[in-house]
This record gives sequence, C-alpha cells and structure tokens, in this order.
Amino acid sequence: MPLRIVVLTKPVPDPAAAAERLGADGRLDRAASPAVINGNDEYTLEASLKLVEAHGGEVTLLSMAPPSGLETMRKGLAMGAHRGVLVTDPALAGSDQGSTIQVLAAALRGLEYDLVLAGFDTSDGVGGVVGAAIASLLKLPYLSSAAKIEPDPDAGTVRVRRISPTGFDLLEAPMPALIVGTQLLGEPRYPSLKGIMAARSKEVVTKSLADLELDAKVVGGAASRSKVTGTTKPPARGATTVVRGTPEEGAKAIADLLASRRLI
Amino acid sequence: MAGAKDAKGTIWVVAETNADGSLAKSSTEVATLARTLAEAAGASAAGIVIAADPKAAAAELAGYVARVVAVAEPKAAGYAWAQVAAQRAAAILASESPAVILTGAGPDGRDVAGTLSALLERPVLVNATAVAWKDGGPSVEMSVFGGKLITTSAFVDGEWGIVTVRPNVVTAEEAGSKGKVETQAPAGDLDLPLVKVVDQITEAAAALPIEEARVIVAGGRGVGGPDGFALVREIAAVLGGAVGATRAAVDSGWIPYNQQIGQTGKIVKPQLYLALGISGAIQHKVGMQTAGTIIGINRDPDAPIAEFADLVVVGDLFEVGKALLAELKSRA
Ligand SMILES: Cc1cc2nc3c(=O)[nH]c(=O)nc-3n(C[C@H](O)[C@H](O)[C@H](O)COP(=O)(O)OP(=O)(O)OC[C@H]3O[C@@H](n4cnc5c(N)ncnc54)[C@H](O)[C@@H]3O)c2cc1C
Ligand SMILES: Nc1ncnc2c1ncn2[C@@H]1O[C@H](COP(=O)(O)O)[C@@H](O)[C@H]1O
Repeated sequence: MPLRIVVLTKPVPDPAAAAERLGADGRLDRAASPAVINGNDEYTLEASLKLVEAHGGEVTLLSMAPPSGLETMRKGLAMGAHRGVLVTDPALAGSDQGSTIQVLAAALRGLEYDLVLAGFDTSDGVGGVVGAAIASLLKLPYLSSAAKIEPDPDAGTVRVRRISPTGFDLLEAPMPALIVGTQLLGEPRYPSLKGIMAARSKEVVTKSLADLELDAKVVGGAASRSKVTGTTKPPARGATTVVRGTPEEGAKAIADLLASRRLI
Repeated sequence: MAGAKDAKGTIWVVAETNADGSLAKSSTEVATLARTLAEAAGASAAGIVIAADPKAAAAELAGYVARVVAVAEPKAAGYAWAQVAAQRAAAILASESPAVILTGAGPDGRDVAGTLSALLERPVLVNATAVAWKDGGPSVEMSVFGGKLITTSAFVDGEWGIVTVRPNVVTAEEAGSKGKVETQAPAGDLDLPLVKVVDQITEAAAALPIEEARVIVAGGRGVGGPDGFALVREIAAVLGGAVGATRAAVDSGWIPYNQQIGQTGKIVKPQLYLALGISGAIQHKVGMQTAGTIIGINRDPDAPIAEFADLVVVGDLFEVGKALLAELKSRA
C-alpha cells in the first residue's frame, strides 16, 4: 500500500546568512535575508522521501508563507517531493502561532494523507508547539521526537522510536498520524540536477484564507493574540584573547583564566 | 513596575517527572519562575502533576509553589505522556482562572504546551529566556536571530496564554514554606487518540547530561574520531564536567546525538564551555553562546569561534589538551 505523506515545511531566514532583522513594525523583515527550508523540516522531508521510495506513494509539501515561499518550496520539490500546497494571503502577515496552527490544520482537512510530518522546531521561532497543537485539532495520534519512522501500510499502523532521556520509547499508533521528527531521521539529500529540472513543472496549489473558508477576523495578523513589545541587544561578550605559543603556554593561559574566574 | 500587582488569576505550572517519579529539573526551574511571577503580580502560584504515581513529584513541587494538584493517572505510563497529561490538566485548568500557564520548553513541555493551546484555545509564547510581570501579564524575553537580538513579547490586552520556558534560564530555588498538595481524581475525557508505548529501550547514557552541567568540554570534527573523544572525556572528568559535541562529530557517529549542542541539538548554558576542534559555526553557536566563559582550542586562528570566545588557544588540540591535563593536575 502506497503512503501519502504531507510534510510541513516552513521557509525561514537562512541562519547561515546571519542577515535577519526586524522591520519597523516589529515583524521579521523577510526581504533582508535569503530564505531556506527550516533545517528540521529537511530531516522530515528526507525521511518521507525514503519512506515513499520504500513503500511507494507521494509526498506533499505544505507551507504557510508569503508568496516568496514558492521559491523555497521548489527546493523541496527538487529534493523529490511530488507537489506543494502554499497557503498565502496578505492577511496572514503577522500571524501568531495560534493562527499558524489553525491555518495549517484547515489546509490539512482538505488533503488526504496517512502521515503528517512536522519538524522538531523552527530556527526562527524555536517553538516546537505547532505539531502537537495541529494533532489535537485534527484528533490525530501524535508521535514526537522521532528518531526513526516505521510505517506498516498493510496493517495501517506506524511505529516511531521516540528519543527519551534514557534511550528510546517505541511508540505505535494507527494511521493517519502526525509525527514530529528530529535530526536522527538522517541527513537530507542534495537536489540533483534532474530533480531541479523536474521541480519546475511540479504542481504547487496556492490557497488563500477564503479558499480555506477561514475568516481574517479569526486568524492572521489582525487576530494575533500576542505582540512584540520591544527589542534589546544581548549584552556584548568581552574581547577575545588569542594565545599562540607552545602547548604548555596555551595550557597555562587556559588554567590561569579558569583560576581567575574560580572555575577550578 | 507600574500596574504590576494586578494578576486576575493564578500562575500555573504543568510539571514533568523523571522516569523514577521525581520532579524534572526543568520543572523546578519553571516552578521557581511561577512563584517569582506570582510575588510580582500579587497572585498565587500553583502546579499540576499528572503521573501514574504523582506522590513524590507533587511533594517536591510543593516545595516551590503554594498549591499542588496531583492526579494519579494510570495511563500516564504506558502511553505517550503529553497527550494524557495535557487533557487531564486542561480539565483542571478549565475550572480555575489561570493568569498564565507555564511549562518547560523541552520535548515533553512543548508537547504539553502545544496540546493545551489547542484544547484551551489559548495563545503561546515560546522558549522564554526570561519572564517578568508587566501590565497585568507576562512579559516574555526570547532570543532570536541566532542570539543577535532579544525580543520582548506579551499577550494582547485581555488575553492570557501559555509560556514555554527554556531550560537553564532560571535558577531553581525552593520557597520558605511548603505548599499544600491536593489529590484529585482524573477529570475530563481522554478524547484525543492515545499513543501506546510498546517498548522502552535503555541506552548507555552520558555520565552527566549536558543540560545540567556546570562545565561542558565539547569536541568537534577536529577531534578526528571516536578515539579523540577519550581526551575530551578525560579533560571533562578533571574539570567535573559533561561532554558535548558538534553535529559534525555526531553525524560521524563518534558520539550520541543527545550530546549534540546547537540549532538541532541542545541549548546549554554552562559556566564554562571548552571547545576542542570546533569551528563555531552559527548553528553550533546558537546552542552555547550564553555560556559564562567560552574557551576554544583550534589550530585555525580565523575560526568563527574566535569572534565570540573569551580565549582561543591556537594550536593542535591533542598537544594543548594533554598539556592542559598536566597543568590542571599540577594545580589540583
Ligand atoms: C539545518 C542545520 C542544522 C545544524 N545543527 C547543528 C547543531 O545543532 N549543532 C552543530 O554543532 N552543528 C549544526 N549544524 C552544522 C554546522 O553548520 C557545522 O557544520 C558544524 O557545527 C561544524 O562542526 P565542527 O565545528 O565540529 O566542524 P568544522 O566546522 O569542520 O570545524 C572543525 C574545526 O576543528 C579545527 N581543527 C581540526 N583539527 C584540529 C586539531 N588537530 N587541533 C585543533 N583544531 C583542529 C579546525 O580548524 C576547524 O575550525 C547544522 C547545520 C545545518 C545545515
Ligand atoms: N508556517 C508554517 N508552514 C509550514 N509548516 C510550519 C509552519 N510553521 C511551523 N510549521 C511546522 O511546525 C514545526 C514546528 O514549528 P514551530 O512550532 O513554529 O517551531 C516546523 O518544523 C514545521 O514543520
């Protein structure tokens, strides 16, 4: 039995570019920084691609993002995802997490799937709450901190190795289910040239709030229930001392610093 | 603080327990924060423990907050905990008037917070590095953009919500007096599909978990292999610290993932961070940049770690590391 997997992928400012900044309105200035697929979402995407390679099936990417999210989504399609759904609407600018959750849940209600995969958290939001909340809204079994995902499509069940403080818990649930994945799912592949070419003709459906029958009074920027009230710079770290010399001189410099700060 | 003592309800904590039934360290921190906020708000602080046997953790939690509700829920063991706990907690919270609900921002705390936000239809502010009480609600600091900026956020007027608190940003401190523990029967329904734990696999864990360590000695690609970590471990042992690593070392299979520090690993805040053969890439830096003292040993003086360390010793990590062991032993 082939698997239908929806992977939640959020376009985020590339942490490596380190160019993020806030606009005058206190919101992320998306033009300032190149966007990439959220790092943790690449792990779940990689896992989903491996699963459909093994079992057959299709991978759909689902993002809620500005129109530029389409460009980021192309990279996921180039990696091998089959199609994309981009929820985009001017009214969504400034959404809080509650809105993101409702919008993604509404979009999922219109899709057919055996598994929904979400990332452990986003590099820009570091929330890690979206997956659990969507699972609750859709009343899906929720399996988090996944190091390994093993569906049994014929039995209609899925097993997940969940990272625990002492090792792993082996979880089992019927499908459809929502799984939150981690880096242990495996290193994401690079898109091949063929994949990049193929991505251009893959279907991406764009949906507005109206398409999802959601009201901008209930979700989106105007309905946000949290607000940024201020920003500050973190306290600057002191200057760096650089020591070159013999290993013994280096070791002494370290020990002296530790002693002066009462760390030894 | 203008308009501080105006909380309209109680500051609640949903606590997590360890495998042995004791209170999780992160929950001692969150409970301490709850009490501090309650004092600032002129409100009271309360906690919830949902576990198969909540007694030990509830008694511990009462050391931090005035009131503890303990629910013995057999399904809290044998099923994925957060959905069970969140549903039981939601039933309790629905009949109280919370001013805010606090959880940890670790894996279980997030799962509970996310589930509660859906069940109670409440907004969430995530990964707080500090929380103050201001204008009748929590004022939540978060570190964003790879640590370049701190934002302060609040719930909009008239709303209350859930705040997840990052580990190691609050120092746990018990209250002067013990709170009261009430035992309640499980209330509400378990409507969400519960996920069965069919097996538990114990792996040799690190001697000291990195989240709790005062000192972390970490190794990166420069360590060269699993054997190189022997030196890292030896230095950690002498300094009484834990062993951390970069993703490069983890991906190479030299050390388990639960010791990885960074964007897709753990966020730590030790007093001392000693990095051997670590370049200090942004994805690593976000996990350790708030450490008290940062020292790198790297043969490349231009490695990014030189931009934010207190001290960088330029040289071969094996030579400097061995000399350091000798130096530390001679001073012991
Ligand atoms: C989505 C995503 C998430 C990521 N998450 C994380 C994360 O959570 N944690 C993380 O750490 N990384 C993460 N990374 C990877 C990160 O970008 C870097 O690749 C990684 O941190 C580099 O690890 P390193 O410093 O060990 O290796 P390198 O960058 O290769 O640095 C090795 C350093 O060792 C020095 N060296 C080599 N040999 C010696 C020697 N004998 N003596 C002294 N010095 C020596 C070199 O000069 C060099 O500076 C992530 C990347 C992505 C894309
Ligand atoms: N706007 C979004 N579009 C698609 N997926 C998202 C979005 N926001 C969050 N997610 C998913 O939810 C996970 C956790 O996000 P967060 O709770 O915001 O840290 C991410 O790794 C994504 O898989």
